[in-house]
Amino acid sequence: MSDHVPVSYDIDEVLDRLPAYCEAAVSLRDTLLANLVMAGEIPSPTFREERRIRFLTDRFNECGLSNCSTDESGNGFGLLPGTRGKRTILMTAHADTSFDESVDHTITLLPDKAVGPGISDDSLGIAALATMPNLMEKAGVVLRSNLLLMGATRSLGRGNMTGLRFFLDHSKIHLSAGLCVEGVQLGRLSHESLGMMRCEIQVNVPELYDWTRFGAMSAITTLNEVINHVNGIRLPRAPRTSIMLGRISGGSTSVAVATTASLRLEIRSEADELVEDIGSQLKDIVDEVATRSGATVDLDIIARRNPGGIGYSHPLTRAGKAVLERLDVQPRLGPSISELSAFIYRKIPALTVGLTRGSKFNELDESIEIAPIFTGMAQLLALIEIIDRGTPDAD
Amino acid sequence: MQTDQWLKKNTFHHSDFWDLLQLVEAKTRQGLKISLCIPTLNEEKTIGKEIVLFRSELVERYPLLDEIVVIDSGSTDRTREVAEGFGAEFHLADDILPGIEKRKGKGENLWKAIYQLDGDIIVYVDADIKNIHPRFVYGLVAPLVYRPEIKYVKAFYDRPLVSSSGVRVAGGGRVTEILTRPLFSLWYPELTSIIQPLSGEYAVRREVLERIPFPIGYGVETAHLLDVYALYGLEAFGQCDLDQRVHFNQPTQSLGKMAFGIMQTFLKRARAQGLVKELAEWETTLFQFQVKDDEYQILGTRIIEEERPPMLEIPEYREKFGRREAPAPAPEA
Repeated sequence: MSDHVPVSYDIDEVLDRLPAYCEAAVSLRDTLLANLVMAGEIPSPTFREERRIRFLTDRFNECGLSNCSTDESGNGFGLLPGTRGKRTILMTAHADTSFDESVDHTITLLPDKAVGPGISDDSLGIAALATMPNLMEKAGVVLRSNLLLMGATRSLGRGNMTGLRFFLDHSKIHLSAGLCVEGVQLGRLSHESLGMMRCEIQVNVPELYDWTRFGAMSAITTLNEVINHVNGIRLPRAPRTSIMLGRISGGSTSVAVATTASLRLEIRSEADELVEDIGSQLKDIVDEVATRSGATVDLDIIARRNPGGIGYSHPLTRAGKAVLERLDVQPRLGPSISELSAFIYRKIPALTVGLTRGSKFNELDESIEIAPIFTGMAQLLALIEIIDRGTPDAD
Repeated sequence: MQTDQWLKKNTFHHSDFWDLLQLVEAKTRQGLKISLCIPTLNEEKTIGKEIVLFRSELVERYPLLDEIVVIDSGSTDRTREVAEGFGAEFHLADDILPGIEKRKGKGENLWKAIYQLDGDIIVYVDADIKNIHPRFVYGLVAPLVYRPEIKYVKAFYDRPLVSSSGVRVAGGGRVTEILTRPLFSLWYPELTSIIQPLSGEYAVRREVLERIPFPIGYGVETAHLLDVYALYGLEAFGQCDLDQRVHFNQPTQSLGKMAFGIMQTFLKRARAQGLVKELAEWETTLFQFQVKDDEYQILGTRIIEEERPPMLEIPEYREKFGRREAPAPAPEA
């Protein structure tokens, strides 16, 4: 991994300021919650994030950030120039949610929690970006590095992190580190990325299908056969590997045979060759079931991640752990399939962190706790400062 | 002023006022004080969001509002706890002007706000708006800040898409379209230019609010329009398109009660202003039907549209705000 990581800086000085950062974050409660409500109530399904990005860049403008702009991929940016400005820290959250525009995006705000679709994934992350300039001002933090805040587009599902990858591929800015901000869970410290292949299996029964033929199956039955085969794939204990069946749909009514059915699944592994191998087995299963059933069965790979990471003992991981421990939050180190992999692929040290506790993730009544958010924000600010101070050319 | 001219000159869209910095500068230059009143009754689910948004955006970020005050009719849920928890000033309507006999109703809260709040402009925003946004305040306040001749700004919502013929149907809710608009068309055709006469959000200058009586129930918005029109004419009004307003829909039976209250308010003014020469006293019970166990039942609800006098007639008010002159006559008896 690259050398521009925090290596020599004594982080205790920053850790000692954490109570003050928490206090500053609490004093900005209304600002943060207002940003959460206003961003979260703008529907932002993948590929249609323009309005939410516009809101974010407007906020950056209002905070007096420079270079408030969008790029060709629709990502939204605001730059907080550092006093030296040789290096840049990128803090990013994804602007898209998994909810369609037709869903009621109203957020309910109660004294202890906020409820609404997409609130933790990742409306809170966007609100954190929008509020960070206020927090830095309130806490009196002045960075030597530039801080680039970025709302990333086309991250989820078929988006396959297109926004972030586009930026990293085309930007000439030298990034010293990346911080990916997710709404939940506080304590999460993802420092490595799993290998991942996200697939969709689509079953279509041809209109001229002979339903009188022996063994004729509906699309759902055919898909069920695929699932049975998938469940038969042998998975090793090490490297850790899993197949996650995530979403299924099919048919239209109980009185008609289903002519379409689809399944979304993810193969996840610490070893890239295992992801490839299982992907290949999946292709064989699909071909075999298609041949036997006479239905059309398609396998579509919609997203792919490479494994890798910065390691448990990397200074950035250790800094993240120390910050959480000082905040009395139990660090939960582990892999992720988030934006982290885009950084890792380009050898930029990065972490994914969570801001608060939440429940009913990706359901319509998804909720987050308000009080821990301020701890989460203090964590972010401390990490930014540690990266800034620890960057070799900052001194 | 011709109504078509008025429509062009005095109808706004909230996006006309996107530059909040400029708006705050104009407000400060004029030395205006602006107060927000949120009338409540059991609004624990929505009140927190309203307060947070308005405080963050219109007090701290852009200091357009000088105070945010919740005036409550006696909620039995957590409205008070939530409102105070998010930093709002909270008052029970009953505690304001305690020497006056107590009444219950939204109009009562709005009326008492004139005494309790200090603003030269008071903006009223209902607490049941699910998609609350700062535009609900600045869209209503801005025409008053920029146009001294405008005294009363009403909200309207839901701008429909332009149809292929280039004509779009714009209007209000069910009670507006089947009661208020036909009534206005009969006797106050100019007032039909107000697209949603019953909308619960409006901003008004104190000099106007203190001169008009307040029905304490359903008729308060209708009374305002008729009385302000009688005092100042159509040119005193403005209206602002605030896009969508998402709220909990009321059942038809509740709308019937609302219509009954509005009818009383309207007829009272029609009689006082001589539009109707002879009008017999009316009943104050609304009869509605329900079916229970295959049996038709008639339900009677007593609805009396009591009214509070213009605030200028209240000695405590005159004392608090230094109004020495004799109260202006109310526009209706």
